[in-house]
Amino acid sequence: MDRRKLRDFLGTKLMLVVTVAVSLLFFSIFFLLLYKSLFIFESHSLAEILFSSSWNPGFNQFGLYPIIVGTILVTGVALLIAVPISILSAVYIAEYAPKNMRRVVRPFIDVLAGVPSVVYGLCALLFLVPLVKDVIAPWFGIETTGYCILTASITLAIMVFPIIISLCVESFHAIPLSLREASLSIGATKWETVKKVIFRASAPSIISAVFLGFGRAFGETIAVNMVVGGITRTPSTLFSPGQTLASLIVSAYSDMMSSPLYESALMMVALILFVVVLLFNIFAIFILRRAKKRWNF
Amino acid sequence: MSTERRIQIETKNLNVSFHGHDVLRNIDITIPAKKLTAIIGPSGCGKTTLLKSFNRLLEIQDDVKISGQILVDGSNILRPRLDVPDIRKKMGLLSQKPYPLPMSIRDNVAYGLRIHSNKNKGEIEKTVEHCLQEVGLWNEVKDRLHDPASRLSVGQQQRLCLARAIAVQPEVLLCDEPTSALDPISAQQIEKLLLKLKKDYTVVLVTHTLRQAKRVADYVIFLYFGMVIEQGLADEFFNNPKNPETKAYLSGEIS
Amino acid sequence: MNKRTLEENIFKILMMISIFIVVGSLIVIIALVVINGTPAITLELLTQTSSGEFYLGAGGGGILNAILGSLLLALPATGLACVIGIAIALYLQKDFIHTWLAGFIRFSLDILWGIPSIIYGVFCFLIMIYLGMSASALVGIIALTLLEIPIITRYMDESIKLVPIGLKEGAYSLGSTKFETAVKIVPRQALPGILAGILLGLGRGIGDAASILFTAGFTNRIPSSLFDSTAALPTMIFQLSTSSLPVVRQKASATALVLLLIVFAISILSRTLSKRYTKHVIK
Repeated sequence: MDRRKLRDFLGTKLMLVVTVAVSLLFFSIFFLLLYKSLFIFESHSLAEILFSSSWNPGFNQFGLYPIIVGTILVTGVALLIAVPISILSAVYIAEYAPKNMRRVVRPFIDVLAGVPSVVYGLCALLFLVPLVKDVIAPWFGIETTGYCILTASITLAIMVFPIIISLCVESFHAIPLSLREASLSIGATKWETVKKVIFRASAPSIISAVFLGFGRAFGETIAVNMVVGGITRTPSTLFSPGQTLASLIVSAYSDMMSSPLYESALMMVALILFVVVLLFNIFAIFILRRAKKRWNF
Repeated sequence: MSTERRIQIETKNLNVSFHGHDVLRNIDITIPAKKLTAIIGPSGCGKTTLLKSFNRLLEIQDDVKISGQILVDGSNILRPRLDVPDIRKKMGLLSQKPYPLPMSIRDNVAYGLRIHSNKNKGEIEKTVEHCLQEVGLWNEVKDRLHDPASRLSVGQQQRLCLARAIAVQPEVLLCDEPTSALDPISAQQIEKLLLKLKKDYTVVLVTHTLRQAKRVADYVIFLYFGMVIEQGLADEFFNNPKNPETKAYLSGEIS
Repeated sequence: MNKRTLEENIFKILMMISIFIVVGSLIVIIALVVINGTPAITLELLTQTSSGEFYLGAGGGGILNAILGSLLLALPATGLACVIGIAIALYLQKDFIHTWLAGFIRFSLDILWGIPSIIYGVFCFLIMIYLGMSASALVGIIALTLLEIPIITRYMDESIKLVPIGLKEGAYSLGSTKFETAVKIVPRQALPGILAGILLGLGRGIGDAASILFTAGFTNRIPSSLFDSTAALPTMIFQLSTSSLPVVRQKASATALVLLLIVFAISILSRTLSKRYTKHVIK
């Protein structure tokens, strides 16, 4: 074999090895986390872990219920805030904004997407915590330190904006102009066209974007950890402090080395996090790919 | 020549430019009511632009400048503060490629009805049936009205778009090369439909096949590089063209 | 005004409010960091390492260890991710493998993109413990590499996919092998997209905290080898912001300002370079 062919062969095989290794990465992560979680299942049942309400590793209690509630609340409220604002913004950018405004707003969205999560956490600390404590909570007649579910939700909502907005704008742009013309020529207003044609045509992409946003919010660790309060009790209101699965991993990091059982419990938390985000992402990507194929006019 | 020749659409010194390029220049034309007027000319000469200016569909794109007057039944539709959706309701549009809305067959036809009229469900059903009958689709789809419109063949989709357009009772039908994306049989069906419909509607047909224009047109407007070269009765136009460019186009020298 | 126009106008107002909120959020973030952080930006901050006093009040010291640490972690990680990324992206071209395998690989990469960075941190942490290593720059680099691979690979893949097939056919007809074409001709054409991806990955690597929290450790000193633990800008911000002293939080804002400036600079660089290299690209 002459040198060129040899180089070719090796080069190609090397590429193959690398590619396969990376593709299998998520399998490796899954199995490693699973393996590490098994230990805690020897002494605690899954039901006990998921539904018991006391998280006291020092006393061998690993009830995740309060943390699960906290996670659902934080993520749920975050999406409740983010989804309408993002979709309306996306509609504005794609359908209503004059060309100049579009050019100005686009970089804002891109920059927002690039801000590191620590910085989000810091700004939430500096601005949202006092805001919630001194303005929003008193308005409802509640007292709070400001480190609570609501603050974490608002922070997450802002982090999720760019994801949903850019996916929605992209999918609105993919809809051919002639489809809009078809609706407008019957005498529909622009908004009616958006409601009845654009939303319908991009429904899969919008759903997919929301799922991806959910995955992002669910898995966000640092920013939430800085403002959610870190109390592992079931939150009674949005103004109570709480804890999320992702944030728990960071909070407990230094303690977990003290016992293998604790470590195993946290690995299980990581596994739950991984699996949930994975499922949402798989679903979202799946829908998105099918929608992309459909719209290749 | 018919003695009762009412003018439905008239343009006065219409100029349209896209991104600074002039597409239409000094257009003065008249479109008579309840006749079929064909707009012909080589590709890229502004025919579609002219058509879409009649229902003010041009302005949804960026960087469009329109000046002049477009009179529909005597009143200028280009004046500001006009209810544009209302004007559009008067004009139905049939595009080159059929664009069924992403909904069922029935909902496609009912789309305009639900927006504009206060009819109840029963009346809407009746109108849907009537329109589908008018375009000859009823027998083919009556058992699957709730199927998504995208499942129809291209020819059927085009007829569906026609039914959708006439459902809101427009006065004018704007057709932009509606048969160019269809197979010969479907194309023939559409042509026959247009001939039938021109008794009740004013039809403006953009076409780039001379033979089609000869088959269906009552009046012809010849557009070349954004300007009107000649317009008039079809018979006179085809048998006795006055302009040298018209003669060149008709003889196939330019296309 | 009829009902339809009224509805449209109401929603138009809601849309404007939404855009205002989104744009306003970024403005607030920048304003907070700038206003809070600028007073603490001193030469000392940028050139000295942190010390015990640094965290306790107006004490001296700086974040040099964090700045250098971030570079020590992110640059090699991005480099590694590039090498791996381009190998994968080139291999994914139709000439080498079946489409279904390529589809599966792309799907895996999409999934890897969405994994929260803490998971990469935990994963590397577990392996680190198993191998008996301690938190160090090396492990941090590996964690960041894993984080950056999906991002960089995806951009490279998308750019390479856009290379017109006629270009490749031209190369083949001149006697080039698949491998040669892949390595010599294709990347040139895809350069703007590739650059954008690399810089995006770098930005992510410099800004991420969760993946390096457990793996790179934290220290006040400048690391002298890859096996030392190291501070980084994100972890420094995290540390400083937990303090209850406003003076220390100001330092956190200052560090955040430095981080933001770096990330923004990378982003602007990415855009300019993309534009510049697009002139080589054949449309």
